[in-house]
Amino acid sequence: MSSSQEQATVIRAKNLTRRFGKQVAVDRVSFDVPKSAIFGFLGPNGSGKSTVIRMLCGVLRPNAGRGEVLGRDCATDSEAVKRRIGYMSQQFSLYAGLTVAENLDFYGRIYGLRGDALKRRKSELMELVSLRDRARQFAGHLSGGWKQRLALACALVHKPEVLFLDEPTAGIDPVARRQLWDLLFDLSASGVTLFVTTHYMDEAERCTHIGYIYFARLIVLGKPADLKRLREVTPHGTRRCELTCPDPAGVLTGLRTREGVRDATLLGETIRLLVDNTLNDADLLAAAGGSSSSASLRPIGASLEDVFVTLSRASIEEGRG
Amino acid sequence: MNGLAAILLKEFAHIRREPGTLVFAFLIPVLQLTIFGYAIDTTIEQIRTVVLDLDGRSASRELVEALTNTRTFRVIERVHDEESFERALVSGRAKVGVKIPPNFSERLLHRERATVQVLVDGSDSQVAMTALNTANLLGLNRSLRFGRALADTVHVAPARDPFGAFSLPVEVRPRMLFNPDLRSASFFVPALVGIILQLVTLFLTSFAIVRERELGTLEQLFVTPVGRAGLLLGKLLPYAIMGFLESLVILLVMVFVFDVPIRGSLPLLLGLIVLFLFTALGLGLLVSTIARTQLQAVQVAFMIMLPSILLSGFMFPREAMPMPIYLITFLIPVTYFLEILRGIILRSAGFVDLLPHIVGLAVSCVVILALSVLRLRKQLD
Repeated sequence: MSSSQEQATVIRAKNLTRRFGKQVAVDRVSFDVPKSAIFGFLGPNGSGKSTVIRMLCGVLRPNAGRGEVLGRDCATDSEAVKRRIGYMSQQFSLYAGLTVAENLDFYGRIYGLRGDALKRRKSELMELVSLRDRARQFAGHLSGGWKQRLALACALVHKPEVLFLDEPTAGIDPVARRQLWDLLFDLSASGVTLFVTTHYMDEAERCTHIGYIYFARLIVLGKPADLKRLREVTPHGTRRCELTCPDPAGVLTGLRTREGVRDATLLGETIRLLVDNTLNDADLLAAAGGSSSSASLRPIGASLEDVFVTLSRASIEEGRG
Repeated sequence: MNGLAAILLKEFAHIRREPGTLVFAFLIPVLQLTIFGYAIDTTIEQIRTVVLDLDGRSASRELVEALTNTRTFRVIERVHDEESFERALVSGRAKVGVKIPPNFSERLLHRERATVQVLVDGSDSQVAMTALNTANLLGLNRSLRFGRALADTVHVAPARDPFGAFSLPVEVRPRMLFNPDLRSASFFVPALVGIILQLVTLFLTSFAIVRERELGTLEQLFVTPVGRAGLLLGKLLPYAIMGFLESLVILLVMVFVFDVPIRGSLPLLLGLIVLFLFTALGLGLLVSTIARTQLQAVQVAFMIMLPSILLSGFMFPREAMPMPIYLITFLIPVTYFLEILRGIILRSAGFVDLLPHIVGLAVSCVVILALSVLRLRKQLD
């Protein structure tokens, strides 16, 4: 990561590898995450995201390579690592039968907080995630967004320097998602390093750094803006453009089979295209429905989704080759 | 021991919040004990009996009366033809049929052998055996009466008692030790203490860890600095305490409701109850390492409970089992515990008397605990 100002590396994976039986779940994954970064870790289900997190949290031993968090080896020094990291898992993993306050008490005590210190920290956290009014409610009765806030508060009880979040926003509504991300930005601003897995592209856009894992291998690593400019994403001799026309769904099928069209996908009322430069604008407008009066075309840059789709395909072809 | 206090506090909060756990731990065992204690009564009385009396004179009526007086038989029907007699037995209305032939009185009068036919429904072997024994004894008694009357008239007797009356030459005089009234409660209730104790601790502990696994909180805990020892002890200790309190309750019910006093040493009994508690908790832990969901935990726990009830000597005497099964009973920890319970409570047996069983229980405890902790550790890594 050649950023302008050199920040200390907080999380480092070096050829991290894990096998379950014959299945390779994580294959030689390497990356560095600098302090206060928001590292977005993306990839399809079952590609090895959670396995990487479990190795970095010291719960699972790697078969080869090593993981380091805050300069400590995750496998051999896991107890030291566990004291300084927080973890929030993808499914709601609090005690539904305990109240909000009791859940916080429990995690506080686990990290050795007692008496006044525990009370103070609990109060701070309930303030932070706005749960004070619900302190006496059962965790099981909270709605999805509130549950995630409570889970976040529990993961923060010991003021961790690094926070791992495994799909923290899966299944919660857009407003709650937005609020959770605002909290994450505040944490990042206060110096906490965040490691987040997600499926949402808009969330990926919010990250300072991104890694994309596909079938156990890390195939993309970098800052979102740099990734979109990668040459492999928009190869030489091709361009990306957006076609606005009536009945885009009907036009799409015709376009997909056309010579020179590498990728075509629907986005609302428009079609996003990756085409060879041999096809000119007039050809495309003609394909969009003859009378070009109602159709229009404009050049666009690659989105993160384009990056992942293109590179995944390249990775499959490479695997075949 | 990191986090032991936190987990203990949390478990007690869970138990307080879920009255179901407390009901399961305290009310159900007492109910079970009461129901089992009263229902499992192996003294068989009042077997439904049908009588076909083709004679109908005083000798045959006396015989039927004597039959009823044993309390083993209860005449529910008197029929007058073969067909109804058979129907009563085939339909199951009667378990025993007594058929007195038409010439019963005449044959007795002429000093000829009179035959009474007793048909017994053999479906339930215990009922059948009781009916058979009582019927045979009754026949023998009535024959002796005739013999005695005859001996008195001819002044010849095979033997005489100190008062000079007619007597049989050999008298067998059995005396019941430890349970003189042959109350089945004395036999079953102490063993029930063991069975119920295992049932409750096994189910409670097997749930305790599987539930956390199912909720995903177990994974969350592994990421915290909670030590394995703290986690295990924090999970088991509350249930060990509950199990111990529960055994005190059951013992109280046994002594005061069922009137089965503890003849032996109470400290020895309590000490061995603790040893057994750890064995049962270990079994629960083992179930937790095998089961992935609470449903599976129930199934595995049942698989362990079934042989514990059927083969431990709780229901059927182990000595009567075929050799291969008899050997299997030594693999069931509760077998040793039942011997210990009955030994201390009924026979006032001491440490030395029970040594083989105590060693057996101690070995199963160590093996089970070691196995479950090893399995759990392997899974976490």
